[in-house]
Amino acid sequence: MREDILKNEEKAVFALRGLYKQYGYLPFKMSKFEPYDLYVKNKDFLVSDSVITFNDTNGDLLALKPDVTLSIIKNTTDTPGVKEKVYYNENVYRVSGSTHRFKEIMQTGLECIGDVDLYDVFEVIFLAAKSLDTVTSDFALDLSHMGIFKAFLDNTGKDDVFKKEFIRLVSEKNRHEAEKLLKDYNVDPEKSMQLLSFIDLYGAPDKVLSKLEVLVETDREKEALKELSDICKLLSKTQYADRIRIDFSVINDMNYYNGIVFKGFLKGIPEGVLAGGQYDALMERMGRRSGALGFALYLDLLEDLNTDTKTWDVDVLLLYKESDDIAKVLDRVMALTESGLTVSAQKVIPEKLRYKMTENFYGEVK
Amino acid sequence: MLNIALPKGRLGEKVYSMFERAGYECPSIHENNRKLIFENKEKGVRYFWVKPSDVSIYVERGAADIGVAGKDILLEYTPEIYELLDLNIGKCKMAVAAKKGFYDDNTRTLKVATKFVNIAKNFYSSRCRDIDIIKLNGSIELAPILKLSDVIVDIVETGTTLKENDLEVVETVVPISARLISNKSSFKFKTQEIEKIVESMKAQVKTDD
Repeated sequence: MREDILKNEEKAVFALRGLYKQYGYLPFKMSKFEPYDLYVKNKDFLVSDSVITFNDTNGDLLALKPDVTLSIIKNTTDTPGVKEKVYYNENVYRVSGSTHRFKEIMQTGLECIGDVDLYDVFEVIFLAAKSLDTVTSDFALDLSHMGIFKAFLDNTGKDDVFKKEFIRLVSEKNRHEAEKLLKDYNVDPEKSMQLLSFIDLYGAPDKVLSKLEVLVETDREKEALKELSDICKLLSKTQYADRIRIDFSVINDMNYYNGIVFKGFLKGIPEGVLAGGQYDALMERMGRRSGALGFALYLDLLEDLNTDTKTWDVDVLLLYKESDDIAKVLDRVMALTESGLTVSAQKVIPEKLRYKMTENFYGEVK
Repeated sequence: MLNIALPKGRLGEKVYSMFERAGYECPSIHENNRKLIFENKEKGVRYFWVKPSDVSIYVERGAADIGVAGKDILLEYTPEIYELLDLNIGKCKMAVAAKKGFYDDNTRTLKVATKFVNIAKNFYSSRCRDIDIIKLNGSIELAPILKLSDVIVDIVETGTTLKENDLEVVETVVPISARLISNKSSFKFKTQEIEKIVESMKAQVKTDD
């Protein structure tokens, strides 16, 4: 197969399917719409608030799916000890951040649902790195841990409004306003210093982990840190060790995510192209006993990568007249394509077609 | 090479001189010509002037790695960026203003004229006040005078325009100043360059007291 025919996102889908299959993830195909109820109950989990809704013939309110994870959870069984590993390639419908209008987003990803252990967390993050590497080797994968950060936030004893706002400021690396917020909420100076230090917690895992060692005090904090450092240790043995960093600006809604969260970036694309994490808290909210983690890769963003546009659409523009011998035209087209050239046979020169050379059907180059 | 978006105008001049003092000068910027982009290869910086309200767009979409934008713009458009430093210049406030002696008796929907629709909406919804937003693009002060609105939400620097038109500040919504922002992806791939420029700029920030 000629690879240059495929667009970036198509190449990625092709390669990623092979990759996920290799690690035992099964394809998962879902319906384009779901009952609106599913999304309303977990509104905060969705990236954008708005959902396209419509009525089914029987009056049920349906939604064009804005998210894949919720549908997958709904479709898995809840049996202790069992793990289900699936991958998907689906279109979702969301309001795009920059345009504030609905957009169709092609997304591929995987979910590991069930009795999740250290190996699974490692495997999912490793596959996230491998997925990015399939697109370009110039990538960065940032990890953080909601459990550690949440433990420190809970220690302040402040309300959810404070926590939500503080999380937002850390995700912006906004130290000046975080300082102000801590002051406004009268947070104890020692705890304030600890919380502020999360803004500077980014870089190579070793470096960040040793800073965290000093910070953690309670059992809950220590346990969460151990999980993060265990994962980092395993990842440091892979070929992606220098691509993986810890960055606490990668944080997600604490009502859904409880463990490792991560975000992937590709050089040349202005926003994160991959996002994922462990969302046991969401599972609990949906009445499940098991844990889960997964990630999604936003394929539509890959359009912007390596846009070295070709200067022509076809090699040869073959011109013929209706009165010409069509069998001869056909022979010539066959000959040209067999020699590896691309050909467009036309009676008049199309306005928008860019071509390397023209030829009339009997082979005389003009 | 770092691409830096500067806001056109008086604030931008101040911002550039901070970059200059921080060791990121680019002498060609002072030449009087029609060039749009100014580069100092040795220092690894490339500056360009854009409309102040567009800085966050250039940075969010990665055309600029870093830039300087007013907090008003950041609050209004909530771009996905890192806000790395408060430069403590271009200081003013977002405020609610009305005709002198205006009293909001809470008995009817408050008509609010503003250029900053989201900031106004968030401010009033945080106190559960029902409002009718009137989006204007300029000369906001006219609205209460012509009874188009009860109040306005706008940037107040010295308050002179308000005073001359018999208006006064009712309350402050939020203080505003210029912020150094960065594209999130650029920060991953140019971490050291951006960290270095932020540190150098930090030394140039003047505190109030």
